[in-house]
Amino acid sequence: MDVLINLVLFIMLVATALAILRMRHLFAVVMLSGVFSLLSALLFVTLDAVDVAFTEAAVGAGISTVLLLGTMALTSREEKMPRNFSLLPLIVVIITGVVLVYGTLDMPNFGSADSPAQTHVAAEYLKKTPKDTGVPNVVTAILASYRGYDTFGEVVVVFTAAIGVLILIGNLARRREPEESD
Amino acid sequence: MRHHLILRVITKLLVPPIVLFALYVQFHGDYSPGGGFQAGVILAAGLILFGIVYGQRKVKKVFPPWLVHKLAALGVLIYGGTGVISLLAGKAFLDYSALAAHPKDGQHYGIIAVELGVGVTVSAVMVAIFYAFAARPPRINDEDW
Repeated sequence: MDVLINLVLFIMLVATALAILRMRHLFAVVMLSGVFSLLSALLFVTLDAVDVAFTEAAVGAGISTVLLLGTMALTSREEKMPRNFSLLPLIVVIITGVVLVYGTLDMPNFGSADSPAQTHVAAEYLKKTPKDTGVPNVVTAILASYRGYDTFGEVVVVFTAAIGVLILIGNLARRREPEESD
Repeated sequence: MRHHLILRVITKLLVPPIVLFALYVQFHGDYSPGGGFQAGVILAAGLILFGIVYGQRKVKKVFPPWLVHKLAALGVLIYGGTGVISLLAGKAFLDYSALAAHPKDGQHYGIIAVELGVGVTVSAVMVAIFYAFAARPPRINDEDW
């Protein structure tokens, strides 16, 4: 059953990606990339990564779709036709894809108990979390407590992103408009 | 979007559950999947949906831009402040064991505090970026999309 669901989701994902490639109308492209994110979110649910699925559904399908639409409203609604066909990007993409697929041959099976991810620090965290923090959700304990520095860095990155966007296109200067002529 | 009756009614029905779910993900994050980041983006998605359908003016009445900008900074301050408090209490930066008499309770309080900081910053940043895009002049008619 799981294999069937995954197969259907992946086929839909690839179909969406191909449709995005062929489209020139950017509104449709933005909508399809939202669909792509939603399908990825469903894949994360089948992998039992519900919190990643939340994020993907809210950010990928929701907020970034809105932001892309906003960008489109400010720029252009049609993708320009490429002026000349060049073979180099295609070759680079194919080689990268082959290398990535070759890399997966080496990876441990999904959910295998002796994969590096399971044998290294994960066991330690699972053992120590109830004793150290008493928080039942180990993911939260790792993110907020054991890796508190990393998460602090992430929050600062998000904050910095907002500052960057506001400086670039925010209307912060509008408050001073009366005395400035332009 | 004045004439999109179906969108307006559905949005009115959807926004309160979205906000409630965001609060659940925020404050239940130490028991179930989720946490500050997820809660922040879900709350922002709810507000942005409301803003798209009902117009920026309505959503800016609830969350004026100046408040959103200050909230974005406040979240980082809550997170960093938690670290500074544990520093002042004699432990390492962001070592929450110092926050309560029992180290285990301290860890729990600390996690709740920093998750709150993450949630506040993330939701405020997302809404602030949405405001920045939405406030730009060109307006497209429904038919032109």
